[in-house]
Amino acid sequence: MADNSENNAYWSANKRIIGISLVIWFICSFGFGILLRPMLAGIKIGGTDLGFWFAQQGSILVFLVLIFAYAAKMNKLDKEHGVDE
Amino acid sequence: MDQFTLNLIVVGATFALYIGIAIWARAGSTSEFYAAGRGVHPVLNGMATGADWMSAASFISMAGIISFGGYNTSAYLMGWTGGYVLLAMLLAPYLRKFGKFTVPEFIGDRFYSQTARTVAVICLIVASITYVIGQMTGVGVAFSRFLEVDKTTGLLIGAAIVFFYAVIGGMKGITYTQVAQYVVLIIAYTIPAIFISLQLTGNPIPPLGLFSDHVGTGEPILSTLNGMLQDLGFAEYTKQSDTTLNMFLFTMSLMIGTAGLPHVIVRFFTVPKVSDARSSAGWALVFIALLYLTAPAVAAMARVNLIDTFYPNGTSEAALSLAEIEAGVDNQGNRVDWVRNWETTGLLAFDDKNADGLIEYNASAENELTVNNDIITLANPEIANLPGWVIALVAAGGLAAALSTAAGLLMAIASAVSHDLIKSQLNPSISEKGELMAARIAMAVAIAVATYLGMNPPGFAAQTVALAFGLAAASIFPALMMGIFSKRINNKGAVAGMVAGLVVTIIYIFLHKGWFFITGTNSFTDADPLLLSIKSTSFGAVGALINFAVAFVVSNATDEPPAEIQELVESIRIPRGAGAAVDH
Repeated sequence: MADNSENNAYWSANKRIIGISLVIWFICSFGFGILLRPMLAGIKIGGTDLGFWFAQQGSILVFLVLIFAYAAKMNKLDKEHGVDE
Repeated sequence: MDQFTLNLIVVGATFALYIGIAIWARAGSTSEFYAAGRGVHPVLNGMATGADWMSAASFISMAGIISFGGYNTSAYLMGWTGGYVLLAMLLAPYLRKFGKFTVPEFIGDRFYSQTARTVAVICLIVASITYVIGQMTGVGVAFSRFLEVDKTTGLLIGAAIVFFYAVIGGMKGITYTQVAQYVVLIIAYTIPAIFISLQLTGNPIPPLGLFSDHVGTGEPILSTLNGMLQDLGFAEYTKQSDTTLNMFLFTMSLMIGTAGLPHVIVRFFTVPKVSDARSSAGWALVFIALLYLTAPAVAAMARVNLIDTFYPNGTSEAALSLAEIEAGVDNQGNRVDWVRNWETTGLLAFDDKNADGLIEYNASAENELTVNNDIITLANPEIANLPGWVIALVAAGGLAAALSTAAGLLMAIASAVSHDLIKSQLNPSISEKGELMAARIAMAVAIAVATYLGMNPPGFAAQTVALAFGLAAASIFPALMMGIFSKRINNKGAVAGMVAGLVVTIIYIFLHKGWFFITGTNSFTDADPLLLSIKSTSFGAVGALINFAVAFVVSNATDEPPAEIQELVESIRIPRGAGAAVDH
């Protein structure tokens, strides 16, 4: 196993990626789907507004992209820090 | 061939498949029984997780709930999928690295406390049992409606099938049958949706159809639906009527509840590596999204079809008459036999109150039609006049959804009893063979209890889903997350946090739903709740917050965890070495 400072750097990098991902996660579901929906009301899509689309479809698509992007980024990070299997 | 024979053939074929898989996937060791030998491919595990997660509620009830609640029910769509982001980033990879068999085992080891482990076992068993009752009733309902056997017989057949593959195969048998069950349920869900989307919008992809134009009006289907609903006095489909606060907290509670449900978490113990646990969460969400992106389309389109059935000449014209229902065909020549077929099941009821010979469906007190949520999925193929084999598929799909979730829950209960209670506390010297036997007996007992409760569901069965999610959100998720992300949280903090989150959440639910769900003993209702506009179903997120806060304060006021625990936390954060746990 790599030394402690290497492991700490790996963990900090992981937490940074998680932090950014969860900000996007929050904005695209709780934000666009609920809290910010009135602000998106002007953008029309298929008989309703963009906020409705995010609440019923868009958020799920964003979640999918987020998980796979996280998995790919972490595979790279694992290798860089020599902690992959 | 009549519908009954068709249903029998399709359901019989799927059951034969599950039994075949069970015989092939027998478990020989505790590692195979608890974690499928940790050799499951991440994509297959994703599929199994999809079936494990999507219950009778997702398959049968969700589209109906959205259909009648519109935008306000988006919390189910976002909540039941967004939890997988939390699982993939905050829990699954590290718990896989930890490399043990159960969720309470992690809590017990990380917080070096048998009390913490026991609290986790109690939460797990209560959450899983309340959940499994719903699945067993779902099995009974599907059997009695499609195969014309009585509910008890149906339940016993379903229980026998689960018994066969869960007791023999353990997690290994359950995993591979869940893969097959996923395929059955997704086909059964998607085919009617494609037909309906084609009929209403000309678009064969339902999620795109939802935002396309209605072939009849030339307007977007959602505008058409909003117009129809307004004519009948209902709230517009796309409009928000719930408070923003409650919608926010309900979505959050469902998300962290999803991430904290033990039967879902343990699925990620079955893959070979930490990186597989991450990608497997992504695959699980792919397979779940196939249904969850289709559900809102089915919901809106089925509502249009429902209104079209009862207003064949448009919502400003006369409603469907009793004579037309009797004849099974309306004045436009469309078949409407499904109305009478489903009236006999009690899921649909009409009453010509003003005796004008017409069945008027609207939002006023003179409404003459009541429709159960579940009809949206179950009667969908008939409402759209689809062929008989599609109806048979829906029967098999509903059973697959209920059985796969029931098996996953029973597995979580059985391993908590055999591994966390018997092996860890009552008889630590038990041999592997003895533990395997204990696990099988625990599984058999859990199935018997679940079957009994399915036959005699407590009156509060439907209410307790809030309890399952509340417990998972308020106690299990925060404890797991703090155990991984903080080295400072100690045994006292974790136990205090779990108990505080749990107790406050249970009290809040009881205050609104009645003490121990006994009707009439509640002091508040969800329509007029104790705190602001927070309904009891949305309280899990608040409970989680209390758990985090209490654990933080108590831990910082008491001693740091011992050095070896801090090393354990360091080691689960690093992926390398998880493969070694394969032979654990």
